[in-house]
Amino acid sequence: MIAREEHANRKHEKPIMDAHEVARALTRIAHEILERNKGIRGTALVGIRTGGVHLAHRLAKRIQEIEQGSVPIGELDITLYRDDLALRKDQPVLRKTSVPFDITDLKIVLVDDVLFTGRTIRAAMDGLIDLGRPAEIQLAVLVDRGHRQLPIKATYIGKNIPTSQDENIHVFLEEEGEEDRVVIINGGAP
Amino acid sequence: MSLKRKDLTGIASLSPDEIMLILETADSFKEVTGREIKKVPALRGKTVVNFFFEPSTRTRTSFELAAKRLSADVINFSPSSSSVVKGETLLDTARNIEAMQADIIVLRHPAAGAAETLARGVKSSVINAGDGWHEHPTQALLDLYTLREKGLAFKGLRVAIVGDIAHSRVARSNIFALTKLGAEIRAVGPPTMIPACLDKLGVRVYHRMDEALRGVDVIMMLRLQLERQGRALFPTIREYARLYGLTAERLKLAEPGALVMHPGPINRGVEIAPEVADSFSSVILDQVTNGVAVRMGVLYLLSGAN
Repeated sequence: MIAREEHANRKHEKPIMDAHEVARALTRIAHEILERNKGIRGTALVGIRTGGVHLAHRLAKRIQEIEQGSVPIGELDITLYRDDLALRKDQPVLRKTSVPFDITDLKIVLVDDVLFTGRTIRAAMDGLIDLGRPAEIQLAVLVDRGHRQLPIKATYIGKNIPTSQDENIHVFLEEEGEEDRVVIINGGAP
Repeated sequence: MSLKRKDLTGIASLSPDEIMLILETADSFKEVTGREIKKVPALRGKTVVNFFFEPSTRTRTSFELAAKRLSADVINFSPSSSSVVKGETLLDTARNIEAMQADIIVLRHPAAGAAETLARGVKSSVINAGDGWHEHPTQALLDLYTLREKGLAFKGLRVAIVGDIAHSRVARSNIFALTKLGAEIRAVGPPTMIPACLDKLGVRVYHRMDEALRGVDVIMMLRLQLERQGRALFPTIREYARLYGLTAERLKLAEPGALVMHPGPINRGVEIAPEVADSFSSVILDQVTNGVAVRMGVLYLLSGAN
C-alpha cells in the first residue's frame, strides 16, 4: 500500500537537488558554520527529528574533517512542543530527545531538512530552552521553501526553493534507505 | 501507531502492540523527568481530576506529578471532602466533575469494574488507578517498563509473583500484561491466597516458595495486606514471613542477577527481608521513579481531542 503510494507520487516528482548538490550544499554550510562561529569551540549541533538528525550528523562529520576536533551532537523531538497538539484526535508517536551535554552558554545550531511555516522551529526553540540557556541559537536548513507563518529566518540555507502552498517538498536521505535527493511533489498533501 | 481509545480501564483489553507503544512513549518522558526543568507543555489547558475513593499516597502523588509535569491542571477529589458522603452516586459525582470540563479522570475505587462503569458514563477519558481486586493497569505498565529498562526481554522471561494473588489487582494486571508479551509466570502463595482456575490464565501455581523461585529472572513480591489478617487467610504474620518471606538465602535460588520488585508500601521483615529490599537486586525505587514517566505516557496518549 505504502509502496504503491510512493510509486504514484514519483510520477509527479520534480527534481530540485540531486545527491551531488545535497553534498555540496552541506559542505558549504559546514564552512559557513565554522566561519561565523570562528571555529567549533563552544558550538554544538542539534538535529530536529528525523531528517534534521541525519543532516546534523553529516554536518558534524564535515566540520571534523575541516577542523580537527569533534562537535557535540544532540537530537531533539519537538512533538511535545507542537502548537496543534490539543487539536489532534490521535497523539503523534514520540521519539526520544537526546541532548547528552549541557547547552547552557553554547552556541547551538539547530538543523532541519525543510523550513516551511516556521512552527517546527518555534517548537524546537522552546524545547531547547527547556534544556538550558544557550548563548545563541542559529538555524541551518537544507531547503527553505518560504510561506512562513512566524517571524523566523534561517542562518544557513542549502537552497531557496520558491513553492506554492499545495506543493510538497520531500527530502530523501541515504540514512532512510533512499538515494539523496530533494523533490517537489504536486498537490500530494502529506 | 497511536492509542485509539478513550480510556485505560485495564490491561486485559490491550494488545501487545498497545502495551509496547505505552512503554516506548514513557521512554520520552523518562528523559523529561531527568531534566533540570521537568516540565513540557503537552497538556497545557487540560484538566486532570484525581478521583480517589481509597487511601493512596504513592499512586495519587505519582499521577499528580505526572499531570503537572505535562502542564495540565490537577484537582484532587476524595470522598471525605466531597458530596459522596451525602449520598450522590459515583456517576453523578463524575458527571459534575465532567461538567467542569475535566478532560481526564483518574479513578481509584474499592469496587471492581468502577472504572469501566465510569468510562461508559462520561465523555472524559478515564484511567483506572485501581478498582477493587480487579486491575491496576498503570502499576503493571511501570513494572514492565522497569524490566525493559533493566535490559530484560519479555519473551520467555521467568517471573515469580509471590503473595496474596487472590486479592491483588497488581498481580492480576501483571499476569495479563506479562503473559500477553510471552513471559512465563509462576504464582506462589498459600492456597487461601491463590484464586481458583489461575492456571486458565497460563500461570503455574506453587505453594512452596523454594520450588517456585528456582531459576526465575524476576521476583515480584506483593504486599501482605495486614488489614486482612482477621479473615483467616493465614495463621500468623510470623508464619507467613517464614514460609513466603523473601530472604537473602531464598534470593540465591533465583537466577544470578535476578530482579526483586515490590509495588509498595513494603512490610520490612514480613514479605521481604530488609537486606533484600535494600540490595542491588531490588528495583523497588526504580519502580517509583518510572511510575511518573509511565503515567505521563498514558496521560499523553489519552489526551487527544475528543
